[in-house]
Amino acid sequence: MQRRHLLKALTFTVSAALMGTAAQETLAQAKTVKVGVLHSLSGTMAISETVLKDVALMAFDEINAKGGVMGYKIEPVVVDPASNWPLFAEKARQLLTQDKVAATFGCWTSVSRKSVLPVYEELNGLLFYPVQYEGEELSKNVFYTGAAPNQQAIPAVEYLMSKEGGAAKRWVLLGTDYVYPRTTNKILRSFLHSKGVDDKDIDEVYTPFGHSDYQTIVGNIKKFAAGGKTAVVSTINGDSNVPFYKELGNQGLKATDVPVVAFSVGEEELRGVDTKPLVGHLAAWNYFMSVKNPENDAFKAKWAAYAKAKKLPGADKPLTNDPMEATYIGIYMWKQAVEKAKTFDIDKVIAAVGGQTFKAPSGFTAMMDPKNHHLHKPVFIGEVMANGQFNVVWKTKGPVKAQPWSPFIPGNDKKKDEPDGKSAT
Amino acid sequence: MSKIFGWCAGLLLMLCAQAQALDAALVGRLMTGDSDEKSQAITELVVSGDPAVAPLLQAFADGDLQASGSRALITSGGRIVDAVTAEVLPALPDDHEDLVVNNRMRRELADALAVLKLLSTERADRLSAARTLVNGADDAMLPLVKKALAAEQDSEIRGLLEGVAASMEIRTGDTAQRMAAIIKLGEAGGSNAKKLLLPLTVKNADGTWAEPDGDLRAAAASSLRSIESRLAWGERVGLVFAGLSLGSILLIAALGLAITYGLMGVINMAHGELMMIGAYATYVVQSLFRTHLPAWFDWYPLLAVPVAFVTAALVGMLLERLVIRFLYGRPLETLLATWGISLVLIQCVRSIFGAQNVQVENPAFMSGGVALMSNLVLPWNRIIIIGFALVVLGAVSLTLTRTRLGLFVRGVTQNRTMASCVGVATARIDTWAFGLGSGIAGLAGCGLSQIGNVGPELGQGYIVDSFMVVVLGGVGQLAGTVYAALGLGFANKLLEAWSGAVLAKIAVLVFIIVFIQRRPQGMFALKGRSLDA
Repeated sequence: MQRRHLLKALTFTVSAALMGTAAQETLAQAKTVKVGVLHSLSGTMAISETVLKDVALMAFDEINAKGGVMGYKIEPVVVDPASNWPLFAEKARQLLTQDKVAATFGCWTSVSRKSVLPVYEELNGLLFYPVQYEGEELSKNVFYTGAAPNQQAIPAVEYLMSKEGGAAKRWVLLGTDYVYPRTTNKILRSFLHSKGVDDKDIDEVYTPFGHSDYQTIVGNIKKFAAGGKTAVVSTINGDSNVPFYKELGNQGLKATDVPVVAFSVGEEELRGVDTKPLVGHLAAWNYFMSVKNPENDAFKAKWAAYAKAKKLPGADKPLTNDPMEATYIGIYMWKQAVEKAKTFDIDKVIAAVGGQTFKAPSGFTAMMDPKNHHLHKPVFIGEVMANGQFNVVWKTKGPVKAQPWSPFIPGNDKKKDEPDGKSAT
Repeated sequence: MSKIFGWCAGLLLMLCAQAQALDAALVGRLMTGDSDEKSQAITELVVSGDPAVAPLLQAFADGDLQASGSRALITSGGRIVDAVTAEVLPALPDDHEDLVVNNRMRRELADALAVLKLLSTERADRLSAARTLVNGADDAMLPLVKKALAAEQDSEIRGLLEGVAASMEIRTGDTAQRMAAIIKLGEAGGSNAKKLLLPLTVKNADGTWAEPDGDLRAAAASSLRSIESRLAWGERVGLVFAGLSLGSILLIAALGLAITYGLMGVINMAHGELMMIGAYATYVVQSLFRTHLPAWFDWYPLLAVPVAFVTAALVGMLLERLVIRFLYGRPLETLLATWGISLVLIQCVRSIFGAQNVQVENPAFMSGGVALMSNLVLPWNRIIIIGFALVVLGAVSLTLTRTRLGLFVRGVTQNRTMASCVGVATARIDTWAFGLGSGIAGLAGCGLSQIGNVGPELGQGYIVDSFMVVVLGGVGQLAGTVYAALGLGFANKLLEAWSGAVLAKIAVLVFIIVFIQRRPQGMFALKGRSLDA
């Protein structure tokens, strides 16, 4: 009886030990960490978001080739929320509960971010959001690597007000009808008031997503411009920009008469447009492909090689843009934070992201603010050139700290410059 | 007077003496100064009258000017020439740098170049120069404009130049000149003249008039009124054109459906995807032209139109043969099956061409527009689409009323059994008719590719509009489709001008729902026994 017991115990220990080593072995072989990529690969936003997925995969490849994050290879989980805002939340939940991703890089429009935000807060996930947005939001679970209004919209309007920018007196605020343009225009209206512009000199116009007939709007801009030097601030998102700029060019509205500054139009969006009639129209970003510095040269070369190797559409003319740069920065900041925290635990990583720095392709060192989850970034204003690139006509001396709570919205002065829910650690 | 003449002559002599030698200091300021200095340098260069100024400024405006140390190098036309010494260099020095222009410089350069071209011997050059200057120019260039005006014989250019001179004198002249300028602007000016006159009629912040002279103020106000009434006409014509353009787009999108749904009664949810196939066919033809026949690129639409028609028609006929013919008389199943087909087609295109939009470039003659009035430019691509829609409409109605196929199609749709009895091969006619409807959808796609985006979801944006047009017009009626398309186009544009794009779209939908409830048969109903069939 005793012997049998002993035998049993023996076999148990041996088998347990064996299983233990086996488990360790598989762990050493696989040793991967899953990371989510949540970008629309179809629908109206695919024009902008597809390349963000590609640049994220490129960065993962690059990190994996150098040994991964703390020795763990990154295993990307790519999902397509198809420009469908509720689907974003569904896919996010899938990433967090089924795939248990360590971090997600994704979203472009603010509606999609607002749609996934409750999911990330409920399941304590980690999202890096790479696009300029309207501010008015801070979440413990989100890091914003794009620009806040004071890092894009306000400097752009200030430039157009200056003599160099054309000394505009009247303003058309034109946007797609959703939260980002509405909030940005609210901030801009209040900013313009503070500069002495009357309401009669501000015209706010909205169009639905995917709108394609801009005849009336361009006609109205012309009419409005007859009342004094006018500039247009465009927050049109997605592929509507193509018919808008086509109409602008065809109706002969030149940048020298009425400049249009856009916040969601970069190199990639202009790919489908004949840019010759658009020369001189402006865009404000924190990075342009045409910026000259060694980091950017390396970034462009890497992207061109990657696009060619993977036979991406448009690889014959590889383009980089601001949200791609922001995605790239975000991925590296996450990697650095994981290595600092020495764990993939969400709360510990969140605590470690603040204060990370990265030598960005913009030529400046981007820093994640220790508190407010936003990047300190430089601001560039560029004019469209005939080849579809941007010529930088104005830039800040150094990186600017983000103000997610714009002082131009009443009541924001009382809000704290850091997320409310403190990390559990 | 003679003194001025002598001074001018002296200046001319001086100019001749130093011809071909630009002032190096001036060129230096043009390259390295801040914007104010640059603009000053441009004005001084123009006033200097040196013939070497024009190529220099042109190169600057075109981005063909490079700085190398203190030298300005013009790189246009494959040669590298020093702008000051006219020396030809074999290659660009290593330290060369692009000289970039911003909007402000671009505007001043355009004005300066226009002033230089005013004395050109080519009428077209002078005309385009005068048109550029209508948007205003530096006051220092007034003497040059006046000189050009004195020498000008052509009445059209004279008219423009008088406006240009007036727009400068209104700021700088004495009272009599300003008065004349105000009246002149009131007679001929457009939106730019309005901008100049407005400041004369407003009050300053402290309550005093910005323009102290009461007579000038009154003249400015009356000039403003006449300009505004002229501009209002431009806006009205613009609105009508916009409605016509949107109507023509709706018409061309709905025409194919008017045959497949209207005549044959097939609820074809894949209609939009047939349009998308037409647009992609256009894209493929365009890409082939770009790689194989770049010299003929502008003519690609001539081939794209038949290719789009045939491709879409073939896909449509295939669909009819393989799926739809088994579902005649079962509208619900047809709806579901064609909807499924539409998803399959979208996914096919996505796999072949990628999910992103593809770039269909307009041929050169479809870019730009005709300037009808100072504030009204009609874009060529829209004019051509209107014409294209009319041609397609004409072709469809001729096919249906004048050809044997059309006769059979009408016969089969009106009374299938009777047509069959008298020897019409109804099954084959169905296939042909469906092919015709699909082909027209392909043509629509070809047209739409010139105006909007071409992507796998192109059809989704038009399918609802197409059904709306056909149902509103009355099923089975080509004329109804035309009226409905134009009506919806105008209604949409009128409402948009009044309430904005978002509300206009909602209002139009509400109107259609109410209309269909009151009159389910649509605007024009087919009379007679045929409907019972």
